[in-house]
Amino acid sequence: MKRILGRQPLGLLFSSPYLAFVMVVFAFPIVYAVWISFHDFFFAAPGAEPARPFVGLDNYVAAFSNPAVIRSFGNVGIFLIINVPLTVVLALLLATALNRVVHARTFLRVSYYVPYVTASVAVVAVWLFLFNGNGLVNSLLGPLAPDPSWLINDKLAMPIIALYVTWKQLGFYILLYLAALQNVPKELYESAEMDGGGKIRQFFAVTVPGVRPATLLVLLISTVTGANLFTEPYLLTAGGGPNGASASPVLMMYQLGIQQGQPDVASAIGIVLVLGVLVIAFIQNRFVGERES
Amino acid sequence: MSRFQTVLRGVVLALGAVVFLFPFYYMVVGALQTKPDPTLAGAFPNPSNLSFDNFVNVNERIDLVSGLVNSGIFTGGVLLCTVVFGLLVGYALAMLEWRGRKATFALVLLVQVIPFQLLQIPLYVLIARDYGLADTHLGMILPFAINSTAVIIFRQYFLQLPKELFEAARIDGAGELRLLWSVALPLVRPALVTAVLLTFIGPWNEFLWPFLITKDASLQPLAVSLANYISTVAASTDNPFGAILAGAVVLAAPVVALFIVFQRYFVSNDLGSGVKG
Repeated sequence: MKRILGRQPLGLLFSSPYLAFVMVVFAFPIVYAVWISFHDFFFAAPGAEPARPFVGLDNYVAAFSNPAVIRSFGNVGIFLIINVPLTVVLALLLATALNRVVHARTFLRVSYYVPYVTASVAVVAVWLFLFNGNGLVNSLLGPLAPDPSWLINDKLAMPIIALYVTWKQLGFYILLYLAALQNVPKELYESAEMDGGGKIRQFFAVTVPGVRPATLLVLLISTVTGANLFTEPYLLTAGGGPNGASASPVLMMYQLGIQQGQPDVASAIGIVLVLGVLVIAFIQNRFVGERES
Repeated sequence: MSRFQTVLRGVVLALGAVVFLFPFYYMVVGALQTKPDPTLAGAFPNPSNLSFDNFVNVNERIDLVSGLVNSGIFTGGVLLCTVVFGLLVGYALAMLEWRGRKATFALVLLVQVIPFQLLQIPLYVLIARDYGLADTHLGMILPFAINSTAVIIFRQYFLQLPKELFEAARIDGAGELRLLWSVALPLVRPALVTAVLLTFIGPWNEFLWPFLITKDASLQPLAVSLANYISTVAASTDNPFGAILAGAVVLAAPVVALFIVFQRYFVSNDLGSGVKG
């Protein structure tokens, strides 16, 4: 018995609720999503067992011959191009500055992560108030205010969402960078200083390479967060408006899958989105990860 | 370091704090304004224009108390499962030797990078349609039940405890559950607070999942009922932004208060260990 289960088989018993949870909520649904995407699947009354024939790539073809779906992937591309680099640069700059500060450190740290811990639904309300046609931002800008206004302008809606998410999540990434900065050996800064490197040189020669594992993590998490975008286009731009200019793939999955009853097409969108995230994550890992070895 | 650089750093940090905090200040001001004032002057509270009218208005449309209760049940259920089952698996991963331990830990790490919202369709089909758990608290809780980041934090803290303590207690004949409860748990209380804080913000702030699974307004968490209010009924009110912001204040206040009170348990090192594994 011990030979099969290890010295303390109780460990398996202790872990079994978690393992069951992962099976039910993650493992099985992932497999199920793939299965749904290759079959003609629709919502049926409880108890009914309709035929769900295998349809090959039909759902994928249906999804990607829909211009709105293609546009939503383009939108998330715009989102990532703005959000991810901005997040990395701002989080690292603020974390570096915060790391050196002595006074008001707690106050600053807490104020940076307050948006992160607050519900997006609540914070979106303020952004709606700030950025609507008659809002504070436009009344400050006066004649410089964009027309049509921010959230109903098809050029600006997606960038505003990208800025909003950058602002909201930044505090979490600052915490990650702060943790990483504690692991950069002080001696490296000292020797860089002796070589006559200024603060800016030190930042690029010591800090940036020193926090590379954290940078990889920030890139990965912000990419996954961006791919999951839903609440913001749903509420901030009233369902991905104007005219789908800020619709995200997850919003399309909701609209096509749940509202219009095509879970099979929605699953196909989900699978393509996951594959896209995996490709981006692979590229990020290739270029940012494991260079020190 | 030169004086100039110190000043520059102070300015950047202070500017950051303003950018992060101003929307929250503006949320409260907007929620208290009887008549909305989107001009610059409106950003400074004017006593003659302040009242709790907006809170009364929003409460007439969405039952704030019932929303808070549902958010509380949703969050409480997740916290309970995470603490009980998360501690068990965290303890098993750190303190016990059993076959499958490494694979289980790899799974905990893997689960963290699975984009959860992409599971919305299969989970909706399974939980709402197949298991018939639509419009139930259980259906809401199930996908969030055990927070994997909390599991990693528990494991990390258990690993730091001295092994000799446990060997000695085992020789005295203490069972593992007893060890976990009366030896390990009191020693990892800070981890418990950190894990609870981190787990709390998930269900309390979650919108998409409870939105998909609850159609019955009396069961909706506050985030969902407020979002429905924003997207549908707000336009029909005199001061839509005031009412929305009042609802937003009610939704945001518990979390903000919690994170200010317990801020010292939410520092980078705990999280760093949590995310790095």
